Amino acid sequence: MADLHPGDEASVEEAVRAARSKAEPLEISGGGTKRGYGRPVQAGATLSLSGLNGITLYEPSELVIAAKAGTPLAEIEAKLAEGGQRLPFDPPRLNRLFGGDPDKASIGAIVACNLSGPRRIHAGAARDSLIGVRLVNGRGETVKSGGRVMKNVTGLDLVKLMSGAFGTLGALTEVTFKVLPAPETEATLVFEGLDDRQAIACLSDGLCSPWEVTAAANLLGAGGEPARTLMRLEGFESQMAYRSKALAEALTGYGAADVLRGADSAARWAAIGELEPLGPVDGRAVWKVSTTPGAAPGVAAAISNAIDARLFYDWGGGLIWASLPAQGDAGAATVRAAVASAGGHATLASAPDEIRAAVDVFEPQPEPVMALTRKLKDTFDPDRILNPGRMYAGV
Amino acid sequence: MSSLVLPDVDPTVLARRDRIVTALRGVVGDRWVISDEDELRAYETDALTAYRQMPLAVVLPGSTGEVSRVLALLDEEGVKVIGRGAGTSLAGGALPLADSVVVGVSRMSRALDIDTANRTIRVEAGITNLAVSGAVDHLGFFYAPDPSSQLACTIAGNVGMNSGGAHCLKYGVTTNNLLGLTLVLMDGTVIELGGQYLDAPGYDLLGLMTGSEGQLGLVTEATLRILPKAEGARPVLVGFDSSADAGACVSDIIAQGLLPVAIEFMDKPAIHICEDFAEAGYPLDVEAMLIIEVEGSQDEIAEQLEKIIAVARDNGARHVREATTAAESAAIWKGRKSAFGAMGRISDYMCMDGTIPTGRLPEVLVKISEICQSYGLGVANIFHAGDGNLHPLVLYDVNDPVQLEKAEACGADILKLCVEVGGCLTGEHGVGIEKRDLMVHQFNPTDLDQQMQIKTIFDPQWLLNPAKVFPLEGRPDVGKSRHHEAA
Repeated sequence: MADLHPGDEASVEEAVRAARSKAEPLEISGGGTKRGYGRPVQAGATLSLSGLNGITLYEPSELVIAAKAGTPLAEIEAKLAEGGQRLPFDPPRLNRLFGGDPDKASIGAIVACNLSGPRRIHAGAARDSLIGVRLVNGRGETVKSGGRVMKNVTGLDLVKLMSGAFGTLGALTEVTFKVLPAPETEATLVFEGLDDRQAIACLSDGLCSPWEVTAAANLLGAGGEPARTLMRLEGFESQMAYRSKALAEALTGYGAADVLRGADSAARWAAIGELEPLGPVDGRAVWKVSTTPGAAPGVAAAISNAIDARLFYDWGGGLIWASLPAQGDAGAATVRAAVASAGGHATLASAPDEIRAAVDVFEPQPEPVMALTRKLKDTFDPDRILNPGRMYAGV
Repeated sequence: MSSLVLPDVDPTVLARRDRIVTALRGVVGDRWVISDEDELRAYETDALTAYRQMPLAVVLPGSTGEVSRVLALLDEEGVKVIGRGAGTSLAGGALPLADSVVVGVSRMSRALDIDTANRTIRVEAGITNLAVSGAVDHLGFFYAPDPSSQLACTIAGNVGMNSGGAHCLKYGVTTNNLLGLTLVLMDGTVIELGGQYLDAPGYDLLGLMTGSEGQLGLVTEATLRILPKAEGARPVLVGFDSSADAGACVSDIIAQGLLPVAIEFMDKPAIHICEDFAEAGYPLDVEAMLIIEVEGSQDEIAEQLEKIIAVARDNGARHVREATTAAESAAIWKGRKSAFGAMGRISDYMCMDGTIPTGRLPEVLVKISEICQSYGLGVANIFHAGDGNLHPLVLYDVNDPVQLEKAEACGADILKLCVEVGGCLTGEHGVGIEKRDLMVHQFNPTDLDQQMQIKTIFDPQWLLNPAKVFPLEGRPDVGKSRHHEAA
């Protein structure tokens, strides 16, 4: 399969126009580390954006950074760290699911897949921090939306639309984010031995407290290890001492809490963001389920009772990551039925190509919403050149 | 009415007025259709009072089902629709057209379901912004976006304009606090987007709807994120000899890794007007003033304020007043929150809403002052400094057509300046009718065409709020509306 390597936006436009004139669909890639996410794309060529590389704007005092879409996430994070800042939404690499070199994961892929880590519960998703985009649509035209300022309601918000569109509406060429100061330090409270319902109640109580819990996960017991319920606090050193004590006291009903501090806390959350609690995922299918925290234990039980599952909860319980055997429909019927009764949606985040081609990877949408989805695709990419079928057949 | 151009009035719609009104009455009942001229008068304008236009009729449905039937009927009749919350738009977003029906959501104002454990509230879209916080206040929660008009403005309008407020530096704007919507499309189709969970599936239609200014559909219900209240909050007021010093202070606070919940800026004219009105104890001998608020426990607040005051003094602050009691906090905020009302006592004004990169603040303030001087108009600046969202108030006499025209031109120059320095035309008020013709300064034809194609798929006949947002020139030819026999 041919590989196109444009070095700038004009060359991306040209590549898309050429592909359109040949009616040859393109698979869009950045660092090539998320190609296993979504439905397999039947493309005549790969449009690699790794040549669109570099931070184009960084103003620490304005809390803003912009980069070409192929810029490695690692480079952006390193630059922000120099300024004592960070992307608020904890972007994960997820190379345990998709393989590849985690240092090559591009910022464009983070946007296209709307990937957020544990801090999403507090600071919002990738799409919430994204304030500007430039993209090349399926007609080979560059379109811009948003900008470099954090309050902007000028025209329709195509910025949000690009986030989580998996490259099916446009090939991103440049993205701009609102960033935040990195805290001085962090601390994590760890409760042990709670069952799922107690654990979610504990996380909810923490998240309903005034001490700004910035991550909230529950890891199930396994192999002699007890279940662990974790909540992170971030801020100034003096604040952490006060807040961790206050939070632990408020939650004494759930037992005594251990406290992880500083780097130990950070390492724990990095591991959770990279799905280490799922254990080895070779030969497994991994589902990402978004639901109401209070309904999550029921969803998890419905899945676990039917299938050999390994799972854990993030986002206060509202996110379930579940590893199931990569056989048959990879548990799709069970997972979707559980979600349908609880409210929410499920994504088959990773599975062998043949399974992702056979079952719905993304939650099927009601027909009026699917109709809008197809029409939106028509407006950006009438000839289905950009990642066709990556999210839904025919889109 | 100034030189503003509105779309052609469709005489066939005017001719069918009685039939349309009768049909609407059939859907919602007689008392919820307004067609009497005196009563219609209340709907002829919004908070941009320079423009007025009586609509064909006003309809006030009481449920999503009624909104659906009303829109289906108006779609069939080819009648334009203006969605309306409380009519607080400063950009003319709710300005009617002569051949339009205003669909108001004010009757749909209930809080439907409060779920503190999962930190959400489900509301009907006509509920006021403040009533949402009010519904959860006793439970220790609040709804974060807090536009100045929050006592009156509705969630429907907040979604339409992606409203922000003073505290969005920390908590984000409407789009960051919205989980789900019930939406009625122009043909009456009801769709549900998102729900009581994070990251709605599929394309981000929630994000697309938010800030779409009634161009794509009407919102009838919303699921919102609610947040636990902080232990406490306290502002400090700091005064400077120049706007440049105040601007530098804002940058330094952020560069130090501090993140106040609000940083509000007022210049000298604004300080004087607000002080006259509110007697908040503002310093009258400074050129610029910041109100900086932080949250947390008493100790945390004290520690953060100490750091902020140190930064302020490094930047030449010569008036520092730290609130030490709830009453002092309230007094500091009272002046700011009554600013628009206070201003209205002394003059008519146009409230601009551009956003700029905060680093350009000092030079932009100088240029705004020069622009206003060149038109012979006064200006007072009040704005959200932390996020660069400016609200210059251009003062003029609404009864003087020459001054109105000057004020419009002056405002346009200010907004063009915002775009030139890397900002945008509107941070939180929306494009509406006011900034419609300025869109070409921020977007090129390709950008606008992509947006208008999206408008067209939601609203093929361009019946939803059609005078707004997109410049009249360059619009797609959506074909003549269907022929109708005059009644």
